[in-house]
Amino acid sequence: MGTYVLRRTLFAIPTLIIISLIIFAILDLAPGDPTNQLPLTLPDEVKERIREALGVNDPFLVKWLKWMRLMFINEPLNLIDSIFGTCIGDCENRDRIISWSSRAPAVDIIYQRLPQTLWVLGLAFILGTLIAIPVGVISAYKQYSAFDNIGTFVTMIGFSVPTFFTGLICILVFSVWLGWFPSFYDGSYVVDWSSWESIWFQIKQMIMPVAVLTLFNTAALSRFTRASMLDNLNEDYVRTARSKGLRENKVITKHVMRNSMIPVVTLIALSIPGIFAGAIITEQIFRVNGLGALLITAIGQGDVPMVQTLTFIFAFLIVVFNLVADVTYGLLDPRIRYD
Amino acid sequence: MATTQERTQEVTAAPAGPEKQKHRSLKQDVWRQFKRHKGAIVGLVVLTIIVLATVFGPFVYPHDPFEIDPTNTNQPPSSEHVFGTDNVGRDVLARVLIGGRISLSVGFAAMIFGLFIGTAVGIISGFFKRLDAPLMRTTDLFLALPILPLLLVVIMLFREPLKDALGPELGIFILVVSIIGLTSWMQTARIVRGDVLAIKEEEFVLAAHAVGTKKRNVIMRHILPNTLSPVMVSAALGIAAAILTESALSFLGLGFPADFPTWGRLVQDGRNHLQINPMWVVAPGALISLTVLSVNFIGDGLRDALDPKLRSR
Repeated sequence: MGTYVLRRTLFAIPTLIIISLIIFAILDLAPGDPTNQLPLTLPDEVKERIREALGVNDPFLVKWLKWMRLMFINEPLNLIDSIFGTCIGDCENRDRIISWSSRAPAVDIIYQRLPQTLWVLGLAFILGTLIAIPVGVISAYKQYSAFDNIGTFVTMIGFSVPTFFTGLICILVFSVWLGWFPSFYDGSYVVDWSSWESIWFQIKQMIMPVAVLTLFNTAALSRFTRASMLDNLNEDYVRTARSKGLRENKVITKHVMRNSMIPVVTLIALSIPGIFAGAIITEQIFRVNGLGALLITAIGQGDVPMVQTLTFIFAFLIVVFNLVADVTYGLLDPRIRYD
Repeated sequence: MATTQERTQEVTAAPAGPEKQKHRSLKQDVWRQFKRHKGAIVGLVVLTIIVLATVFGPFVYPHDPFEIDPTNTNQPPSSEHVFGTDNVGRDVLARVLIGGRISLSVGFAAMIFGLFIGTAVGIISGFFKRLDAPLMRTTDLFLALPILPLLLVVIMLFREPLKDALGPELGIFILVVSIIGLTSWMQTARIVRGDVLAIKEEEFVLAAHAVGTKKRNVIMRHILPNTLSPVMVSAALGIAAAILTESALSFLGLGFPADFPTWGRLVQDGRNHLQINPMWVVAPGALISLTVLSVNFIGDGLRDALDPKLRSR
């Protein structure tokens, strides 16, 4: 198991480096210029000196290595310092990745936006998982029953209807026509946990975005759970378990589910980075000012460092959760790790 | 496994080899099983209607999708304007019909492109041992890329140059199709590779090698036809995914420019007028959903129909 984990981890590092190179290369082609937003009266020599100072004219590899140093050394160190209140090395004058449009460190802005994204998307993900697994298991166990047919149809809809459409329909019905919920999510709202009214307002504004995303998350996962259960239900070991007189719910929970949940757990790990990609669209519909909205604004403004940092964080999450998925798969299924 | 290959061979190489029982080719067999899947049949009918409507609808329907009529803005649905009009008096149904052409052709073209890359990569890495590891590592790498953010960035970067070079419509079409294709081939490649690895160990491939068939012909005549079933299923799922991606890009305002009413773009334009004319959002949104739903059902039906374990029942 140790070598398996080590091999996987060692493979993740070059992947991450190549991905960072790809992201950096694509964005390096961007027409954006940090001096674009400065006053037009500024003489060209001054602008040129600003560019020089920001390192815009450096050769590509130098820029990439500088950026890698910021991303892999300075930013993590800064994170450690701010969490534990320590000061490693020269923490006062440490270089940070600075957003061109807001002139603040990109990571700090991301950190400010993170809670909104996590609240809505994280909750939708947890709810989706909690609904999807029982639905998938029951659908498979009672294959072709009314429950299975309805469940399969609903998941097919959740899987096919784009979230921006379900979101807008929800707004139309529940905000415009019925007036039950606000049509957008106010991310700056501070919940007063001692007042029921305030908590209720927060719940009300979260219901629609969470429901829309939950439907989407549930759909893919329960389809997968159902398929995985069906694969195992006809296996010989299930017949053996039944014929030796085990109670039916023992057969299902102890034998079938245990085996069919292996790929499901991996899929759950794999889809965690997808939460953040899903944020991009959902946050546009409900005007949540989270990470997705931040990315769209940064792209619109040509804020290259911000886009690079965000995209790289997405990539980092994907690689890390791929690794987590591989390792859990190896832990749960010994056949994999002896490959 | 062997039965599929025999049957596939029957169709592709020598049609209608005499069997013990009734004469039934693979095509008939698949169709017979496909017909049993009610969702797939309904999906096929709905998709055909949508395709026919977008192809012929604009010729039949009397309103011009681009004609601005300031005296008739924000009309509710009526017998004159079936889905009402938008904020500058253009007929919504006419725009939805013409937009469907772009959305569907983007979906179709992106699927073909992605499928082509995926099948090529899958076959090459399955067939040539030396290329297997590098190609599969590349596939893994592509799978680890944050696709949506990168799509957005790439579109932002290349939209203007391509627009200038090829004109707004063709330029954006090529851009959107190629980037969706370039980022959606990985699953196909993995599935095809798996199949090729199994097929190339079969006796008929050995026989083909033994009689001195060139490698290119072994691939084209013997391997490729046998990977048909996973490729067909990926094709169906690929169209659905491509239509969804295009509409998401247009919805984010990074797909086609405002004067080209794709379905996603129409939803995006209409969302701020939700209270005045909901049909402006509902009609294109419902069409995206219906199309994707039908294609997914067809994909499901195809998968069942092409699965020899299910078909023999």
